[in-house]
Amino acid sequence: MNLTRRQFVQVTGAAAAGVAFSGLGSDLTPVMAHAKELKTKGAKETTTICCYCAVGCGAIVSTSQKDGRVINIEGDPNHVINRGALCSKGSSLSQLAESKNRLTQPMYRAPGAKEWKTVTWDWALDTIAKRVKTTRDAGFTAKNGKGETVNRTEAIASVGSAALDNEECWIYQAFLRSIGLVYIEHQARI
Amino acid sequence: MTNHWIDLKNSDVILIMGSNAAENHPISMKYVTEAQNRGGKLISVDPRFTRTSAKADIYAPLRSGTDIAFLGGMIKYIIDNKLYDEEYVVGYTDAGMLVGEGFDFKDGLFSGYDAGKRSYDKSKWTLQVDANGVPKRDLTLQDKRCVFQLLKAHYERYTPSLVSKITGTPEKDLAEVYKAYASTGAKGKAGTIMYAMGWTQHTVGVQNIRAMSIIQCLLGNMGVAGGGVNALRGESNVQGSTDQALLFHIIPGYLASPATNWPKLDDYLKRRPKSTDPLSANWWQNEPKYMVSLLKAYFGDAATKENEFGYPWMPKLDAGKSYSWLDLFDEMHQGSIKGFFAWGMNPACSGSNAGKNREAMAKLEWMVNVNLFDNETGSFWRGPGMNPANVKTEVFMLPACVSVEKEGSITNSGRWMQWRYAGPKPMGQSRPDGDIILALGNKVRELYKKEGGVFPEPVLNLKWDYASSHGEFDPHKVAKWINGYFLDDVKVGDTVYKKGTLVPSFAFLQADGTTASGNWIYCGSYTDKGNMAARRSQQDAPNNIGLYPEFAWAWPVNRRIIYNRASVDLNGQPRDAKDWVVKWEGGKWVGDVPDGPWPPLGNLQTPNSAARWPFIMTRHGFAQIFGPGLNDGPFPEHYEPLECPVEKNYMNAQRMSPVAPVWGGKADSFATCDPRFPYVGTSYRVSEHWQTGLMTRPQPWLMEAQPQMFVELSEELATLKQIKNGQRVKAVSSRGSVECTAIVTKRFKPFKLGDLVVHEVGFPWHYGWRWPESGKEESINLLTPSTGDPNTRIPETKAFMVNIVKI
Repeated sequence: MNLTRRQFVQVTGAAAAGVAFSGLGSDLTPVMAHAKELKTKGAKETTTICCYCAVGCGAIVSTSQKDGRVINIEGDPNHVINRGALCSKGSSLSQLAESKNRLTQPMYRAPGAKEWKTVTWDWALDTIAKRVKTTRDAGFTAKNGKGETVNRTEAIASVGSAALDNEECWIYQAFLRSIGLVYIEHQARI
Repeated sequence: MTNHWIDLKNSDVILIMGSNAAENHPISMKYVTEAQNRGGKLISVDPRFTRTSAKADIYAPLRSGTDIAFLGGMIKYIIDNKLYDEEYVVGYTDAGMLVGEGFDFKDGLFSGYDAGKRSYDKSKWTLQVDANGVPKRDLTLQDKRCVFQLLKAHYERYTPSLVSKITGTPEKDLAEVYKAYASTGAKGKAGTIMYAMGWTQHTVGVQNIRAMSIIQCLLGNMGVAGGGVNALRGESNVQGSTDQALLFHIIPGYLASPATNWPKLDDYLKRRPKSTDPLSANWWQNEPKYMVSLLKAYFGDAATKENEFGYPWMPKLDAGKSYSWLDLFDEMHQGSIKGFFAWGMNPACSGSNAGKNREAMAKLEWMVNVNLFDNETGSFWRGPGMNPANVKTEVFMLPACVSVEKEGSITNSGRWMQWRYAGPKPMGQSRPDGDIILALGNKVRELYKKEGGVFPEPVLNLKWDYASSHGEFDPHKVAKWINGYFLDDVKVGDTVYKKGTLVPSFAFLQADGTTASGNWIYCGSYTDKGNMAARRSQQDAPNNIGLYPEFAWAWPVNRRIIYNRASVDLNGQPRDAKDWVVKWEGGKWVGDVPDGPWPPLGNLQTPNSAARWPFIMTRHGFAQIFGPGLNDGPFPEHYEPLECPVEKNYMNAQRMSPVAPVWGGKADSFATCDPRFPYVGTSYRVSEHWQTGLMTRPQPWLMEAQPQMFVELSEELATLKQIKNGQRVKAVSSRGSVECTAIVTKRFKPFKLGDLVVHEVGFPWHYGWRWPESGKEESINLLTPSTGDPNTRIPETKAFMVNIVKI
């Protein structure tokens, strides 16, 4: 796919250099000159699928080799569904990735506290794992009221998520079921 | 979707109802427009004249919550005018099957109703079978007990005048829609439906879709190009997350969650009803292969035949009990749930009756909130009406990566599994969700290893080696495991498949523990030929209908149009020669991947014994016009929403669905025909925002385009209430109130229900106090009720009663 785009640039570039007027009916020389200076020059290109609705439009992500951040995201012309088009949300994907409002560190709010405090990943995950174990073990139901074996905990619930990849969904549900959850729900229910 | 996005272009008539595709699935309109350019017609039925309506050839308004009346009228129109596709109806549907004498319908109730339990005894709704246990059929469709005649009798009441009195749709609009859509019953014509939450979020959600499915069966529109029943799903991977079973009632691949009625694996494996009809593929009879392969995927080597492949380690539901979203938050509200994961979700805004959810969160001991942004859920303790000092819930807020920062697959509405790649590195300390899940699993397992604990077997026996050599979550490893491996040398036919190789298709999965597959419907997605989801071929299939069979991969087995053997006649020749899907040629099927390899039926009286009926996922092999498995009846019937503007249901003696769940707590109040809340309210999306807005509200471009919570109301209602365009007003229901900016519009018009005039107003559901920082733009779900569909329990957020008052 990337080759195809580059071929397109090469072909139109050659046409513009060879004859003053290309098949598009206009002189592309200034456009090509400008294109050489585009911010995406030399960027890493990866394909993605839009993270909003479920049409599944393709997009091309250009990532800077310098700072590893997104320079541009635009519709993928070789994606057979959207053929390069994106809606208002899809067109703003780069703003989502680069938003200054994003969470960038784990945070913790203690009981009764008025503020968040920043914590380390290790502390957060260690503490959550302890809470999971304590709550699970205290609230584990081996048999229900009728004496039937159920081996579950109803003391922990999970919602989410249609925003996860398939592989993440799979291991998430496997993990939740391994610790005995039955309250497992997500966007599909609502 | 039974079909897929590109296939919309093959349609002759597209009905968009319960969806506003132009604004919410904008790129889909590329193919709707293409269909129109090829001479097709677009029909939009919606309470509001949307941007989809603006593109439509025909627009008809209807009051929210009355779709079954509308569609029931269409069923009557099709039958009365003999516009159904008789060959299809007789050959491929259950229309000729005879229903047992126990089935009846009176006063809005089907037989078997128990008012105390608000439920039906479904054993009253069975089919008549012959001595071999095969359903009896009358191929002339004349028997009074055949499905077709019962259907006809059921919808006899749905006359245009009565339908119009319920829906508020003018009779001439009904006639125009019915005529246009029913034209697709002609041979070679295809009609399709594009629906979304406008159909599902009702106490009759499933039956809305069933009503349309019946129409599609009558018109011969299932399995054909440009046909099908197409749910436009709302999140990029909600199809995949459903397939992977992040829901209480299923485990991956739509297998039922283990429950107390199947205490042993053997009980579970025998649970599917058998078919004694040799021509019924009854595909679900293969379930044991999928279940055992799934258990092997969960527990790996620890799952053995001796320990029932780990089935005893799976948590069991109480049979018949629901653990759905509404039940979950009700339990949390009562304080019985102590710990909570909100992973990539925002229930403080997304759930119906969100105020109850927020109160419930304050009763938790701990919450883990994983997201891209701080949201109303993670920060619920500092939200409106909360005093942080009194909220004892501990909250962990973990930063997740944006999709472009991680690698893996997602599945679109058309069941296409598509691979995406990591571009930028994670921002700050954010992590891919997969890494967070893996790390958390590791920590919990370490604790059990070190300290022991209650019933540690499932925790410790779970196969959990999904890290790369660098210790990071490896999506390829998981994708291959979901696809499945041969765990032993397995001989299928004349071929021996070697231990350790990837299973090429679910037809090779075994019930004896020699294969593992995390999800049978994804078997074939990642094989020894490579990662099928990553394919990019621009080549269309020979039938040239936009299948693009080597672009990405579709479940099941890369089949792009489900039930495609119903698209051919009894000799296997396409009923639509131009836009054909499959055909029998030279002793095999060509075109799309067929729904099974079996030869054509030949004829109905003495069908080829090697053939199979086309609807292979149903027990008897036929499309089900009669739906005896649902909780609210075998035929869709009009009931009013929990909250409605009419004193009684004009169609029958039951005002609301007699089996829809209703909660009785203080937080669950509802008010129907209450003068304090005189207007019908509904919720919807705008193009610039998504879901609760959490991934769009923190963004400047999108917020500039759609900055505020608003209410749309008609000019007539604005005049009545003396409300001006742009004025700030308050919307109230019996559960809460929300400030909105009034948009006075021609898009809503008052509905005339006989002599009664009913006003409807509409709200976007994208807002919440956390973004924008003003804190004044709130969620409409503070107003929506605690009730939902009796089958799916999807909340009824599309029809509720409100008032609009000046501030």
